[in-house]
Amino acid sequence: MQKAKGKVVSVNESLVGARIIEGAVMNGEVAYIIIEDGTRLKSEVIDVKPGKIAYLQVFEDTSWMKVGDLLEFSGLPLSVKLGPGILSSVTDGLQNPLYELAKKEWFLERGLIVEPLDTVVTWHFTPSVAIGAIVTGGSILGYVPEKMFQHKIFVPFSVQGNYTVERIAPEGDYTIEEDIAMIQDASGISMSLKMAFDWPVKKPMPFYERSVPIESMPTGIRILDALFPIAYGGTACNPGPFGAGKTVLQHSLARHSQADIVIIAACGERAGEAVEVFKDFPKLIDPRTGNSLMDRTFIVGNTSSMPVAAREASVYLATTIGEYYRKQGLNVLILADSTSRWAQALRETSGRKEEIPGPEAFPMYISTLISAFYDRAGVDILADGNTGSLSIIGTVSPAGGNFDEPVTQATLLSTGAFWGLSRALSDARKYPAIDRIDSNSKYPSLLTKEEVSFLLELLREGKSIAANIILMGEKGITDETYIQYQKAELVDAVFLQQNSFHDVDGVTSPNRLRLMFDVLKAIIDAPIAIKGKEGIRSHFNLIRQTYIDWNIMRVDAIEFEQQKSKLLNLLKRKKHATENI
Amino acid sequence: MLQKTYENIDSIGRAILSIKAKGVHNKELAEVIYPNGEKAFAQVIALDGDQVTLQLFGGGFGVSTDCKIRFLGKPVQVGFSDDMLGRVYSGNGQPIDGGPELLSDMIRVAGPSINPVKRLIPKEMIHTGVPMIDVFNTLVRSQKIPIFAKAGEPYNRLLANIATQTDADIIIIGGVGLKYDEFHYFKQRIEESGSKSKTIMFVHTHRDSIVEGLMVPDLALAVGERFALQGKNVFVLLSDMTQWSDYLRQVANAQDQIPANQGYPGDLYSQLASRYEKAADIDGAGSLTILGVTTMDDVTHPVPDNTGYITEGQFYMKDGYLELFGSLSRLKQQVNDKTRHDHRSIMNAMARLLSESEEKVKAQKFGSVKDDYSLRLLKYRKTFQKELMDPFRFLELEDALDLCWDVLSKYFKKEEVGLSSKLIEGYWPEKGKFKILKDNIDE
Repeated sequence: MQKAKGKVVSVNESLVGARIIEGAVMNGEVAYIIIEDGTRLKSEVIDVKPGKIAYLQVFEDTSWMKVGDLLEFSGLPLSVKLGPGILSSVTDGLQNPLYELAKKEWFLERGLIVEPLDTVVTWHFTPSVAIGAIVTGGSILGYVPEKMFQHKIFVPFSVQGNYTVERIAPEGDYTIEEDIAMIQDASGISMSLKMAFDWPVKKPMPFYERSVPIESMPTGIRILDALFPIAYGGTACNPGPFGAGKTVLQHSLARHSQADIVIIAACGERAGEAVEVFKDFPKLIDPRTGNSLMDRTFIVGNTSSMPVAAREASVYLATTIGEYYRKQGLNVLILADSTSRWAQALRETSGRKEEIPGPEAFPMYISTLISAFYDRAGVDILADGNTGSLSIIGTVSPAGGNFDEPVTQATLLSTGAFWGLSRALSDARKYPAIDRIDSNSKYPSLLTKEEVSFLLELLREGKSIAANIILMGEKGITDETYIQYQKAELVDAVFLQQNSFHDVDGVTSPNRLRLMFDVLKAIIDAPIAIKGKEGIRSHFNLIRQTYIDWNIMRVDAIEFEQQKSKLLNLLKRKKHATENI
Repeated sequence: MLQKTYENIDSIGRAILSIKAKGVHNKELAEVIYPNGEKAFAQVIALDGDQVTLQLFGGGFGVSTDCKIRFLGKPVQVGFSDDMLGRVYSGNGQPIDGGPELLSDMIRVAGPSINPVKRLIPKEMIHTGVPMIDVFNTLVRSQKIPIFAKAGEPYNRLLANIATQTDADIIIIGGVGLKYDEFHYFKQRIEESGSKSKTIMFVHTHRDSIVEGLMVPDLALAVGERFALQGKNVFVLLSDMTQWSDYLRQVANAQDQIPANQGYPGDLYSQLASRYEKAADIDGAGSLTILGVTTMDDVTHPVPDNTGYITEGQFYMKDGYLELFGSLSRLKQQVNDKTRHDHRSIMNAMARLLSESEEKVKAQKFGSVKDDYSLRLLKYRKTFQKELMDPFRFLELEDALDLCWDVLSKYFKKEEVGLSSKLIEGYWPEKGKFKILKDNIDE
């Protein structure tokens, strides 16, 4: 295909206009703008306007560009390289590996281009098809081991129709640059294949057989697993004002979620947060595999001081890689932090294009883009009968912490679970500061439906009694009501609150969650005959203290069972004591 | 490089100008040459065909259609040399202390961000002596953190205290929209504390043009970053970033940009972030810590709101106190488990009880607080404020932690504070034997 050429006619920050002087240009195509010193700046066509003027968003700083600078269009949409070698890497929003870039410069200088995947390292390939086999896009040609699993080598998903395998590489070590197969269609046109291929980031990968998310994905976070769960293939959002604990929650999810692969899209957020992940995770052990936590992690970072136009690319890059590992039959979790920054990047570009703005100057199409993004999550029943899933948890950073703004509202319409973070709760140090009353989830919990309703009912009652206490004082309510209040407070303090910085308390396994709930239920159901608020409060203080001490004990510690008995004995003793009275 | 001069100015606005010219680079530096020969700087901000839009460092007032524009063939740069220490510069990068101009290396301004893999995880506590900071919201080297306060609060005093009482190798003060007396105050504090020889000031006061004010953080950070790359621990003070954002709004408005919230441009977040993100602990080099000021009435206002999402916490100053609620150090977890081993626990216990007392303050208004425990909570709250929230009380960390134990034990029984028995055994003061607290505090 003849590649088009153009010349810059206007420059306005990251938006550049270019006259097409030769060839045809596709919307969404990647182009390189060559500035005076020869640096090639990557950009993407986002509009073609009358007079054959292409408008491009430039993924790099546009300083020193001038009218008349030359453009080379690539003929290809913005794409990601898919193949072995993605896991445990850290890239920018355009899939440039950051560790490789760091070998060249301390700073993220513009125009540096690095191969997204290592082209030198070899992978041990074992073919799974023979010559003569009929294949199509998505068929498996063989396997290579990557970290703790077998990475399937596919016929690129873009291949349509049936092909015959003409040649397949024998078992051995190959780089992703080497041909490993040759396939031919009925008309005799042949195609050679490598272990890696490109896929356009904005194009959702087709499902083989899409299914509904029904199995809850344990996160180790009690309030989520018990009350507001996420499912494999499900979507959730956690909007909240700054300082309410979004970051800590995301880190906790990245560490403890029972997913096979975790992809962190650090989009327009602090660089320091991504740094914590990729410097700490290699040292942490994933208890499920015994390997380093980094082995199952991929980080894409377009942090807040990197070029704004690449924020959007970073979100789509993460999603496409997520879809690829779903095709591998794995459970993938994407943590996108923050989708608001992506929306803001769209707003900036839209403003420069002088589009008519919607509410709060966001472009009118923002809600469509957001729902299309979350729609890429889901469960796929694959051709080989295995199941893969992609779950997306998106952080939203609403202006002023007010959820009544376009990005939060569009996100709420598109996601299956809503974890509203509350500044009131974080001020009260009740972490995770997820609103106990307003949050919701449509996915199944690790507890039964009845148990969930029971807890929610008790929490609602507790909240309304608390309001009465403020109005009327403790003396204004009966002992029975005060006991109900203390029970709700207890549930909050020992079960919903969790210290994510504590080795043991920071993560709760499904089994432990069940045990904790059963003990808690026994405490709540036990009759209490204590009279007087002071006595009731000290009774619950004692239970709380004992329970919290239990929370920080390892299940395999000797004192774990002892503490549990101590807790249950507390109930019996009180019963006896009051009976004696 | 050939310097071209053009004289067909098309339009002049409050802070921008447009002219027809060819071969001009985006972001190129230019000179406005007045008919009387005077000069002022300008920078290209947009190109459209042969229409060039420039931002005027000196403002639009007094610029005439017969001014000439000379494009200088270079980007905006700032000088860098050790001789700058002790000196005062304007938002133009020109000395304004009467001293000589320096021959120095010119370095780029507002350069790209450092590769995240070259960052270290911040891990070194900065002892400020302020109990509300050291105990409750510990400051960490390379942190970016502003003071949120109403105009009129003594935030600049706290800023100057932290900069001069800690162990910074280099202090860079970026003053944006300073009143003359504030400028004078900083100068005086730097001299009195004997820090002058390690300090550089970039100052914009209300008499200077807003575009110069916009430049100040970039100059301060470019110079600071260079010192950090040389292995120095650098403190950059930026006061006041709300005024800076206001200037940004004015310039965006002059360019007919579509406003997002309350007239601020849609890229306010990115603009603030690209400055604050310069803070870093650099692998194999020094560090850059940013202490800012964000004046505000209401934390949901776009400037503090966007800032809060960018910075690693904030110190919230109200009525002369450093508040516990509303303040946050996101990096404190990196260091407060390596100080004294009761640090985290006592911090949490104090905060939890203070939060419980908040409820009682509400209840008190309805006259419903009568029980002994609630009354003790209210007394605790008062003492906490008086003893611990004063931003100008200086205490070593050990003493501040002891003070916390004193205050707890004065108002509560051991079993009410929710601390492990082990800690209580080790630190609970004997009755009447406080280490720091005066015994007659609430009599």
